[in-house]
Amino acid sequence: MEDKIRIGVYICHCGLNIEGTVDVNAVTEFARGLPSVVMAKDYIYMCSDPGQNMIKEDIKQLGLNRIVVASCSPTLHEHTFRRACQDAGLNPYLFEMANIREHCSWVTEDYGDATEKAKALVGAAVRRVYWHEPLEVREVSVNPNVLVVGGGIAGIQAALEIANSEHMVYLVEREPSIGGHMAQFDKTFPTLDCASCIFTPLLSAVGQHPYIKLLTYSEVEEVSGFIGNFKVKIRKKARYIDEDKCTGCGVCIDKCPWKVDSEFDEGLAKRKAIYTPFPQAVPNTPVIDREHCTYFLKGTCRACEKFCEAKAIDFEQEDTIVEAEVGGIIIATGYDTFDPSVITQYGYGRYDNVLTALQFERISNASGPTAGKIMLKDGSEPKNIAIIHCVGSRDTNYHKYCSRVCCMYALKYSHLIKEKTSAEVYQMYIDMRCFGKGYEEFYERLSNEGVNFIRGKVGEVTDLAINDEEKGKLVVVCEDTLLGSIIRVPVDMVILCTALEAHSDAEEIARLFNISRSADGFFLERHPKLDPVATTTEGVFVVGCCQGPKDIPDTVAQASAAAARVLAMISKGKVEIEATTAAVNEELCSGCRICEILCSYKAISFDEEKEVCRVNEALCKGCGTCGAACPSGAISMNHFKDEQILAQIEALAV
Amino acid sequence: MSTIAPLKEAADIIKEEGGEIAKLCYQCGTCTAVCPWNRIKSFTVRKLMHQTQLGLVDFEAEDMWTCVVCNNCVDKCPRGVRQVDIMRALRRVIVELGIGGIPDSLRITSKNIAGTGNPLGEPREKRADWAKDLDVKTYTEGTEILYFPCCYQIYDPSLQRVARATVNMLKKADVDFGILGAELSCCGESIRKAGNESLFQSLAQNNIKAFTEAGVKKILVTSPHCYHTFKEEYPELGGNFEVVHLSQYLNELIEAGRLKFTKELNKRVTYHDSCCLGRHMGIYDAPRQNLESIPGLELVEMREYRENALCCGGCAGRIWMETKKGERFSDLRIEQALEVGAEVLAVGCPYCMLNFDDSILTMEKGDTIEIKDIAELVQEVI
Repeated sequence: MEDKIRIGVYICHCGLNIEGTVDVNAVTEFARGLPSVVMAKDYIYMCSDPGQNMIKEDIKQLGLNRIVVASCSPTLHEHTFRRACQDAGLNPYLFEMANIREHCSWVTEDYGDATEKAKALVGAAVRRVYWHEPLEVREVSVNPNVLVVGGGIAGIQAALEIANSEHMVYLVEREPSIGGHMAQFDKTFPTLDCASCIFTPLLSAVGQHPYIKLLTYSEVEEVSGFIGNFKVKIRKKARYIDEDKCTGCGVCIDKCPWKVDSEFDEGLAKRKAIYTPFPQAVPNTPVIDREHCTYFLKGTCRACEKFCEAKAIDFEQEDTIVEAEVGGIIIATGYDTFDPSVITQYGYGRYDNVLTALQFERISNASGPTAGKIMLKDGSEPKNIAIIHCVGSRDTNYHKYCSRVCCMYALKYSHLIKEKTSAEVYQMYIDMRCFGKGYEEFYERLSNEGVNFIRGKVGEVTDLAINDEEKGKLVVVCEDTLLGSIIRVPVDMVILCTALEAHSDAEEIARLFNISRSADGFFLERHPKLDPVATTTEGVFVVGCCQGPKDIPDTVAQASAAAARVLAMISKGKVEIEATTAAVNEELCSGCRICEILCSYKAISFDEEKEVCRVNEALCKGCGTCGAACPSGAISMNHFKDEQILAQIEALAV
Repeated sequence: MSTIAPLKEAADIIKEEGGEIAKLCYQCGTCTAVCPWNRIKSFTVRKLMHQTQLGLVDFEAEDMWTCVVCNNCVDKCPRGVRQVDIMRALRRVIVELGIGGIPDSLRITSKNIAGTGNPLGEPREKRADWAKDLDVKTYTEGTEILYFPCCYQIYDPSLQRVARATVNMLKKADVDFGILGAELSCCGESIRKAGNESLFQSLAQNNIKAFTEAGVKKILVTSPHCYHTFKEEYPELGGNFEVVHLSQYLNELIEAGRLKFTKELNKRVTYHDSCCLGRHMGIYDAPRQNLESIPGLELVEMREYRENALCCGGCAGRIWMETKKGERFSDLRIEQALEVGAEVLAVGCPYCMLNFDDSILTMEKGDTIEIKDIAELVQEVI
């Protein structure tokens, strides 16, 4: 402890926010009388420039060595006042804030009660700040490599942005090829660009980029470390094909006799046990699906090996682990689609020609199961098609949220149907959400193309005909709410606009990267408005649909935003580590390792030689769990030491 | 075309009577689309919800009494709007404030219930008469379970067969049970849904007092309506009892080995999910387990079953109102049962039984299909 503690106290009015409910003069007078308080003032807006300057001046003129500001929540201005102290030459951790707004004036109605409470809070802050010690913010360097998890449009965009700045990117994708869902699309709204045409150049760029290490058919297995210094272990699953030897000729795929439902074609077609998911796959090296390959199941066949001229088939190949060190991580793992079989009234899975949106996308796509011809299961052309909105979305029974893209792709499908067939199209909607650039105009275009819009959420899809027109058809039953009567529309094909949802293993991914999920299952951003790419884990960012349903323009924007944040971190070269961390007194530590087990951030490690625990200050969040649990009292929390907290409590208890 | 303006006072009154949930409705029309009435005539549930939101309900319209509270709309509504609560609120406004008209049949039934404690208007003193020659003891403190049949199973000669079958079964399983008589009244479930809140309250208070005085802890019911109100509504008024429906209790007895099936019933049976047991209380499996455990019985499902089952048309007091031939859900349901070749249509509810009995008579299908309560089917094999 220094010779004499000289505390300066400032009571903020915050306009009328505090002053309207708290007698600021009384509180200032009270503060003046507290031990070690050299000066107490009140002012209308402490966070303003004059307010801050007042603090700086007083520190210099009056030799203050502890500062208390009684105003709003520390989340707003603790940083502001700490910086003011620092500018005046005072260590920023010798500052304490008393929240007499959110914790007092905003939640107390009685003037007298509020003033008393404010006094108590100020008294507690004064008692606490007495025990503050100077702390130093540490800096760690930032590894300029970046990990991008997920090779869809979001991951690809982020990877290219960073790679183009000549920093190394590890792009990890769990499927045999990058491309994600966008590779499945036919055209994109509202421009009707062919998805593959605009996308495949990006796939090639990624495949050939000198600064992108592409790891497909791979998954991240372990993550450790902290911002600027992550260590990751990536499992490269065995393809059973030597990538260096394979020429991508495709003969193996031709010769393979075993067929499996194609995931890429949404179950509408078959692929082989040795396969590439789609013709423009990057890399163009096939993969042997060991769960369906006869060699792995029964030990026979090996036809691919027989016919491979490059001798690239290697059944002995094993998974490899790639270890990487990166400074930042961008998560772009995308979405799953809702399975509508649970909505039994819609007949998905019961009737042949009830399809999900992605299934229709594949049918319309020229490289899909029907070579782009829109047709029913029996090969005939549909004459009437119904598109049902909000299947699993905006529904308290399934997902409360709106999936954002369905109204637009419903319009897109209407256009494709009108372009390729002479079918009548009926859209059963609740609202038409056409919010983006060119979207409303696209809606008008489709009205012009003669699409029928019926406002009403569909009650059921049935094959029970009540008259001759309905025989042999699928009848879509809903209330046309604008007409006020039930309408039965006989159609040949029904397309369900199924909800976008978080991946079924989003929980595992969240745990692996130490990020949170919001109530709807998608990954949680740091702030919904002002920080949509960062997470509460420093150095880890989320982009694209894994953070919430969105269209391609928003995905690309978000991916570039995250790339910019990571590049900012890399260009600065270093990050500051918050000083309010835990510290282990090695002389008192008995090596019981209870703290290590309890730490949620994996910030504590055990030194086998010295048999004591040590805190990694970069990972430590200062939560206090270890400090509370340590049976030897060996752990102290910087800035939250026992003396500091006890002094605060004593002041409040009086 | 005249213009309209929202009527706040009406909206507020409806909210007070329990219709506040209408504010969540976003007018998607699912309720109208799934409401069984729309197979017969036009009944725009959605429009009624919007009128409720703005206080523009026509309380004099006949449609105030159309809803059978089958809960299909509630089950499918994407916003969680409880349309049936709103229907009840609208009816409460009519009954309690005297606006609009109450159908005569309901008026008469209310009088009966208020006067003699049962909707048929039969004498209160005869409430235990159905069990006269069955050697059933009166419930006293310490008896394991009270058997509470529906008023119809007590007084209506054609439905007494269910109460009798139940008693027979309980005796064979050696269950310690008893009944009470004139101290009890109708459970009040349907008259509450028909809007007569004050009558319901007095019925409930009376029953809770009688149960408590007799030391009742566990109640067996053979009507899903009694089940619903005892379980969900009586606790609000201080009546907390353990309630089981026959289908659940049967499973308990079968699993504990207290009921042995000694014969076979080689019939093709289909089970009708009553709205009150199914969509309202979520019980779909128990009755099916009962039927599947009967030796020789072949259980088939109709095209609309479980959450999508078609209402018989009897809830919310409509059992007391006249429904014209050609507008009866129960007729449609019999057709669905015949479609799957069922010889027996199994039910677990007295209203469903009443409606289906009537339908097979008017449709002249008495030789093709039988209506039986689960209790009756079980009775045939023990």
